[in-house]
Amino acid sequence: MSEKATVSITVNGKVHEEEVEPRLLLVHFLREHLGLTGTHVGCDTSQCGACTVHIDGASAKSCTVFAAQADGSEVTTIEGVGSQDNLHPMQEGFWEEHGLQCGYCTPGMIMSAINLLNENPKPTEKEIREGIAGNLCRCTGYQHIVKAVQYAAEKGVVR
Amino acid sequence: MTAAERPILPKLVGERIKRREDPRLITGHATYVDDLKLPGLLHLAFKRSDSAHGVIKNIDTSAAEQMPGVELVMTGKQLAEILGPMPIGTPFPSPDHYAIATDRVRYVGEPVAVVVAADRYLARDAADAIEVDIEELPAVVDPEKAMQGEPAAVHEGFENNLAVPYVPGGTGVDPATMEVDNSALDKAFAEADVNISQRMTNQRLAPNAMEPRGVVAHWEPGKEQITIWSGTQNPHILKTMIAAQLGVGQHQVRAIAPEVGGGFGCKINIYGEEYTAAAISRKLGAPVKWIEDRSEAFMATTHGRDILAYVDLAAKRDGTVTALKLRLIADVGAYNMLLTAAVPTLTMLMLNGTYDIPVVRAELTEVFTNKTPTDAYRGAGRPEATYFVERAFDMLAHELGMDPADVRRKNFIKKDAFPYTTQMGAIYDSGDYETALDRALQNAGWEQLKQERDQARAEGRIVGLGLAYYVEVCGLGPSASLPTGGWEHAGVTIERDGRITATTGSSPHGQGNETTFAQMLAEQFGVAFDDVTILHGDTGVVKQGIGTFGSRSQAVGGTVLMNAGEKVKKKMAKFAAAMLDANEDDLVFENGMISVKGSPGSGKTFAEVASFAYVPVPLPPGVEPGLSDEAFWEPENNTYPFGCHIVMMEIDRETGEPRLTKVVAVDDAGTIINPMIVDGQIHGGLAQGIGQAMIEEVVYDEDGQLVTGSFMDYAIPRADDLPWFEMDNTVTTTPVNPMGAKGVGEAGTLGSTPAVVNAAVDALSPFGVKHVDMMLRPEKLWRLMQGGGA
Amino acid sequence: MIPTEFDYKRATSLDEAIQLLSSSSEAKLLAGGHSLIPLMKLRLSEPETLVDIGRIPDIKGIREREGKIGIGAGTTHHEVETSDLLREKAPVVADCAGEIGDPQVRNRGTLGGSLAHADPAADYPAVMLAIDAEFHIKGGNGWRTVKASDFFQDMFTVDLADDEIIVNAMFDPIQSASYAKLHQRASHYAIIGVAAALGVENGLIQWARLGLTGAIGYAVRMPNVEEALIGKQPEQDTIDAAAGIAGDGLEDINSDLHASAEYRRAMIKVFTRRALEGAVARL
Repeated sequence: MSEKATVSITVNGKVHEEEVEPRLLLVHFLREHLGLTGTHVGCDTSQCGACTVHIDGASAKSCTVFAAQADGSEVTTIEGVGSQDNLHPMQEGFWEEHGLQCGYCTPGMIMSAINLLNENPKPTEKEIREGIAGNLCRCTGYQHIVKAVQYAAEKGVVR
Repeated sequence: MTAAERPILPKLVGERIKRREDPRLITGHATYVDDLKLPGLLHLAFKRSDSAHGVIKNIDTSAAEQMPGVELVMTGKQLAEILGPMPIGTPFPSPDHYAIATDRVRYVGEPVAVVVAADRYLARDAADAIEVDIEELPAVVDPEKAMQGEPAAVHEGFENNLAVPYVPGGTGVDPATMEVDNSALDKAFAEADVNISQRMTNQRLAPNAMEPRGVVAHWEPGKEQITIWSGTQNPHILKTMIAAQLGVGQHQVRAIAPEVGGGFGCKINIYGEEYTAAAISRKLGAPVKWIEDRSEAFMATTHGRDILAYVDLAAKRDGTVTALKLRLIADVGAYNMLLTAAVPTLTMLMLNGTYDIPVVRAELTEVFTNKTPTDAYRGAGRPEATYFVERAFDMLAHELGMDPADVRRKNFIKKDAFPYTTQMGAIYDSGDYETALDRALQNAGWEQLKQERDQARAEGRIVGLGLAYYVEVCGLGPSASLPTGGWEHAGVTIERDGRITATTGSSPHGQGNETTFAQMLAEQFGVAFDDVTILHGDTGVVKQGIGTFGSRSQAVGGTVLMNAGEKVKKKMAKFAAAMLDANEDDLVFENGMISVKGSPGSGKTFAEVASFAYVPVPLPPGVEPGLSDEAFWEPENNTYPFGCHIVMMEIDRETGEPRLTKVVAVDDAGTIINPMIVDGQIHGGLAQGIGQAMIEEVVYDEDGQLVTGSFMDYAIPRADDLPWFEMDNTVTTTPVNPMGAKGVGEAGTLGSTPAVVNAAVDALSPFGVKHVDMMLRPEKLWRLMQGGGA
Repeated sequence: MIPTEFDYKRATSLDEAIQLLSSSSEAKLLAGGHSLIPLMKLRLSEPETLVDIGRIPDIKGIREREGKIGIGAGTTHHEVETSDLLREKAPVVADCAGEIGDPQVRNRGTLGGSLAHADPAADYPAVMLAIDAEFHIKGGNGWRTVKASDFFQDMFTVDLADDEIIVNAMFDPIQSASYAKLHQRASHYAIIGVAAALGVENGLIQWARLGLTGAIGYAVRMPNVEEALIGKQPEQDTIDAAAGIAGDGLEDINSDLHASAEYRRAMIKVFTRRALEGAVARL
């Protein structure tokens, strides 16, 4: 058994100090240790993006980060983006424009889309498609997702 | 609030209503199988075969058993003592198929042992520590060689690897005796001006719902009941099959489909992992969980398509098609799963396409190989039929120098010919094919696109236009055509506060039925959308059901819901009539009120009537208290939605990379409840259909090794792979159900695939290309442009 | 999905990292982890120790010093892609970074990780060869400098000892360089990637460097193409002629599901021409 690592990770504004196995993936830390199950796992080769969160403000695939690496970092998950009573404009966009069907890719997709608008508040359709290219969706054909991002861009989403 | 002040409720059916499902999904609060936690939960991991074909000589589990946290290790032989071979849903003879292989492995990824451990990390470690000794046998990979018995037999007792040896259908085939009369067929081909002949493949695909499969099984000792949560499209079928496999009563099984992250057909089948989890939970008296990894899914979740056809088409010089003949060979992989053998029969059924072809003949053979078993994948049999027919029609158009649209128009079944019985025995309910064709041509700007294409060609660019027309069999039932039963069930209860709670046997996983069904019920009862709740996916809540597949939710599930609603509404009218001292036939339900026709202010609120129904003093004569009823319903026939998809493609002259520059879709699904949701369904179907044509293909090497074992080698469309889809629809209602709705879940995959390939062939026609098989791998197209053949 | 167990050690300085590498068996460096962790999850890599260098400030950032540009090995693809300095002084490097993977991968993956892993289809190596980068490497025996053209040796094999760390890549500013890539549509690695850099004076090509990735087990220069360009005018005919011999003589061309050797051979010429056209456009 390898020696455990002590990590202190701020998730959605709350500090979590835990002892973890070095091989524990950040996505499992979030899901299993913290019970934040909004972040999903859709592949094991870092393509699908279902596990996307923000680490220190930038989108990252949490299945390709060890929890130990995130020590000292600020992580934002879908649960920290907005609540039902106070939706983030991007969440609102996904709802208004039917940017989701089964919803499995949605949390990761929203995290990527927010990351995109943080960097490029008024993206073109092409830039939106490239900005969410790290997130696979099998349901929507992406068109309504593009519209959702446009909706949020229209509202001014940066934060 | 008085009646006069009550707001007038908006129209709901046919409107873009935002989805009820979304708030939990966009905030990360939905509960998928892997999100479930139970006290004492144990985790399963499967050891899987690295060999495509071989005899299990030995399995050494000793190291795994010694590892920390490991509760149990079972080989296939050990599991077979408590779990028999898995049932299937088709009547064809089928080899025994155990959840875990007992003595022989037949595809890469077939389970050979299972580990139960305290967490998933330990379970994985222990599974890796199991040593398996397999004596290799030759892998059966090529279905046409397999049919000759080469290079080996996948199963004993299935000569020449024939899973389904020979099924003829169509013109000249007596369905009762299967006797075949070739006279009409031979005559048509002998007299034809033009014969088209082409071998075509419809390649193997991996469904890839974004949520991999998963199951939690919880046997509760003492209670002697099991609850099984699974990412399934049909919890009631799961319940039935789990009970049968465990040898317990159906009353002892509760099956729950929690939030399910997409299905696309691959979550219809009840899998070995589900049976294994249930059996082990009972054995240990503890809850167990298994969650599939993606690379596991590529091997362990059923694949789709994989059927090849020798297509022959006979026509007159003017473009009239006089006969169509297909010899179909389906590579079904290593085993029959729930619907494996049935999927290619749907291909047969739909071979008339949208055309009035007087002679259509098909012969189907299904073949075992050492590959992952196939089963339903979005469209299940119908995209294959559409592809073969629409490719053949395009080849004919090319041969005759006709516009592809004209060839289709010439052969369409005419609007006034419905119901139309096809040569394959389908009875098409309704259709207006020309209107949708005209709309698509107009929306695409077909004539102008042709000019643009010709202009581009003159500039040396490789540009093509593709058009495809489809008809689909949807709204699956009746029971004669579905071994699971072809009906659906619904229950409607008016709660004591006047809100409506309904249950549906449809089990959505992205389709939005919580919304569309609420739209329908709210309008039926004249109440607010927010006052209707739809429950689904739990056999403990939904008394009966079949499930969601074959684009049946709206046409079958929606209809039965309205029927149940109608029963309750009639009863509610009796209570209201008593309260209002009116005739029940004179009442109207609108704006949350039940009132006497012509005097809208005079009525009772919905809540008042509901409240009275549960404390009915005095009880109206001949009426029982309460407001709750249920209904079963099955359609007499299927529905046949249709549509036309047009695409434009440019191929890079130097690299062979294809790129879509235009996608136009006109679909006719009959009555539409929520156009936003319908658009979304078609978008997704288009993406999958385009994916099949352009970038998706499961590849095995000659040793039966899976080459496309992850998203590193198997592509599904990304956002930047797709253009903007230009959508439109026509509405031709069906007489099969009172709503007139036909179903739309799979439609997008039907037209888009052949449209894309037709565009590619059109683009490559200056190189003498007449056909290219999918996927449109750049190298393949590049070779065609080098004149080297694909 | 689940890696095997390993010991995790985090280095806070370069020297500590080197010391940890020296003192641990079967140790691997972990920076962004985007080459290594996917392999570990599939259990294709099972290191006993990971030394995390993700927090060492010395190996991050993009700077210009004494006329040279340096990119710290720990700099992410995204930082490279969006660097104003690189956009201005060496746009080909930023372009290349923008072609890697997808946004999330670019947010975590690092230059050093990509170079040390040396996937035969990685993008950076081609560009590093074309811009004639040199890698500053520190190890138990101190500092040394390796030119990109000496660094890539074989498939997943580079000139880097077990106790050494790439600290940065240094190169001269360059405008007239470009990267052209044929994407593998699933992984988005390069089926073929070509980076071209040209030096032109008095209307004639004085020097040319062509880096090629995806073609064989590791990234290589294309000296025959370079020779064919030198002394010529940077015109289409020159480009076409030079591209026409690209890949000639190259042996052991990769062949896989996505592209046969024959197709790759043809694509080497196509993408060499495109890269050269891109470089000329920036003259």
